[in-house]
Amino acid sequence: MNWFELITLHSPPLIVAVPLLAAFLTPLVSKINDTVRNLFVLIMLSITGLLVLILGYDVLTNGIRVYVFGGGAPLPSGMNIPVRIMFEIDSMTIFMVIITIILALISILYSWSFMKDKDGLDKYYTIILLLVTSIFGMELTGDLFNFFVFLEISCITSCALIAFYVNKKESLDAAFKYIVISSIGALFILFAIGLLYAQYNALNMATIANAIQFTFFDKIVLVLLITGLAMKSGLAPMHMWLPDAYSRSPASVTFILVGATLAGLYGSLRVIFTIYGNQLLNTGFTFYPGLIIGIIVTALGVLSIFIGVFMALKRSDFKKMIAYTAVAEIGYMFLAIGSYLIGLALSVPDNPQMLIAGTYALKGGLFHILNDALDIGLLFLVAGAVYYATKQTSLNSLGGLARNMKYTTIFFLIGLLAVSGMPPMNGFASKLLIYQSTYQISPILSIIAIICSIMLLAVFVKVFQSIFLGPEIPSLKNVKEVPKSMLAAMALVACIIIFIGLFPNIIIDNLVTPAAEALQNTTTYISTIVGGT
Amino acid sequence: MLDTFLKSLETGSGFWNPLVLGLAIIIALLLIYIIRGFGKKDYKTGTEQTKAFLSGNPEYSKDEMHVKGKNLYWGFTQALKSVYNVLEKMHNGNTSDYVLWFVIIIGVLFIIIGVI
Amino acid sequence: MIYNIPFIAVVAMIFIGLFAVLFKRNLVKIVIGISIIESGVNLFLITLGYREGGVAPIFTSAPSEVVKNAPGSMVLPVPQALTLTSIVIGVAVLALMLSLIMHIYEHYGTLDVRKIRGPEE
Repeated sequence: MNWFELITLHSPPLIVAVPLLAAFLTPLVSKINDTVRNLFVLIMLSITGLLVLILGYDVLTNGIRVYVFGGGAPLPSGMNIPVRIMFEIDSMTIFMVIITIILALISILYSWSFMKDKDGLDKYYTIILLLVTSIFGMELTGDLFNFFVFLEISCITSCALIAFYVNKKESLDAAFKYIVISSIGALFILFAIGLLYAQYNALNMATIANAIQFTFFDKIVLVLLITGLAMKSGLAPMHMWLPDAYSRSPASVTFILVGATLAGLYGSLRVIFTIYGNQLLNTGFTFYPGLIIGIIVTALGVLSIFIGVFMALKRSDFKKMIAYTAVAEIGYMFLAIGSYLIGLALSVPDNPQMLIAGTYALKGGLFHILNDALDIGLLFLVAGAVYYATKQTSLNSLGGLARNMKYTTIFFLIGLLAVSGMPPMNGFASKLLIYQSTYQISPILSIIAIICSIMLLAVFVKVFQSIFLGPEIPSLKNVKEVPKSMLAAMALVACIIIFIGLFPNIIIDNLVTPAAEALQNTTTYISTIVGGT
Repeated sequence: MLDTFLKSLETGSGFWNPLVLGLAIIIALLLIYIIRGFGKKDYKTGTEQTKAFLSGNPEYSKDEMHVKGKNLYWGFTQALKSVYNVLEKMHNGNTSDYVLWFVIIIGVLFIIIGVI
Repeated sequence: MIYNIPFIAVVAMIFIGLFAVLFKRNLVKIVIGISIIESGVNLFLITLGYREGGVAPIFTSAPSEVVKNAPGSMVLPVPQALTLTSIVIGVAVLALMLSLIMHIYEHYGTLDVRKIRGPEE
């Protein structure tokens, strides 16, 4: 086979290995020069982006793929129980990996000049590359204990990055809270994985999905796994670490932390739809547990929308308001997933309209993952730019910045319209799907979602008036525009937002619909590994 | 052909096209620009014609005249004071309380799923 | 009945660790509580693999009747690998938490968990 097929065959472990190698070479390269180190990191991430595109094209046209570590493809002869670590890549994985590589590239571009005059930068780039490696590993793997190891790596590295401003006492406090809560959650996840191994003698996701029943221990495992992973992604009432950690770290670090949060959401989707798929998505029982899980997830989602929006209205710190908005947006995604489970349950006695509504809710939820990462990320980049120019983040002491910082104002306006769901930005496309499909399941859910979306617009109009409009404050008279690389990063995100908003069909037909179908039928995932070659 | 071009973003009960809305916004911006061109252009800067009118009150320094961030939405926050008291007590900075919420949710979910 | 004592010990250790994290006010005691929870989970993973009357799962120079009906009377080796990984991760997390406590004490001057909170605004 020629070299192109060779790269396509070996690209899953290369996507994890290239940032890992670059992370260990960065302290050596940084002894030469500063610019050489920045270019080196950017080139290594671009190579990873090329590999992601090659793998994505292959999976979206040819179907699901399996990569076995240390053996032939797919399994050595004579073995019928998979005992090696396997990476299994289907369309849902490709969707999350594409989001992650976009976030990583833009963050490195932004921190070229945001971090120019700070100290200890070679350690900063090393730890960011390790965090990117762990997010890729969490999304590509098909083995439960491998997922736990990558989850712990992401906890440790993001704690080290949150405490970047060591001379301020608030950053240390936020990092300590984050590491305490994350390590307790990860220990409970390890306990649940041990229970699953004790029952089924396997750690592979497909093997467990094939043999799972709903005994007493399986119920314990389901509760522990869902709660631990939902805490990592910021669902209320376990979200309390999120505003402190997002608001007291540098802006380019927060941009990648959003990606780590979404990897936790991906983990909970795998648990509900793939591992427990045969039990929760089966419509053959009379009164079955999928309805219970759907109601619980929907209730927690609505609670977190409320808490996020109400707390954001009262605050006066720029970054904390954006962090509470991120909590509310996670609530929208969990609301969409819960609506799919309820719609599947209610459609059993000859009511197929509910199933169609549930499928559109699932597509809206998955599309909202992409839109939310870009919108919240753009707002955090603008907050970082304001902090770079004026060294303050409180709303009570800023004002009239639109005279000096014209481009930043335009980008903030685009981000404001996108977060609150105004047409023609991309927020409207995914939120319209969620509104119209949850209305058919229960009208109250749709009304709550629309009201809280309007209140998000109220929150950011307050920010816009306080910071950018108004007369010129004498103490802020000589504020200059931010450097060019930060403007380039923000412009790139704004262009992607407007493009997805004007042509949403391209993304939905090519990326979101295969991902939703890959989650819905679990037999393809299982039969690729267990059913033989 | 026109049908496939207009039909984009199909939801469960209809469809919606963002290009038509973008065109409407551009037409609206054009109208705003034309209406703005009807204004007066002959005025003298620096005299009484460009000062703000505050019903005869004197004008203080710019720092005190700007409406600060914490003063907006005061009516909303005062009216819902009971809800905000509960929320503020939930969000104190205590690490042990954060883990307590985690354990409470595990306990509640055990009881719900174990019974049914 | 005597083979259930390790599992009872696991549940007791997790509850003692959770009590220390939830209700103690000193930062160092919270970290000790996390360490106790981690020891409990590691003990659970090792106890999973025990088979009655089993020996260590090594094939070279084993007694001949063990090799004849292998792997019947050997202890399971996979949970031991999981436990080693978990112990190493626990050491790294513990080191990170203790160094953060040292910096917090320099800035705040106190180790009371109710007093270290940022500006509420």
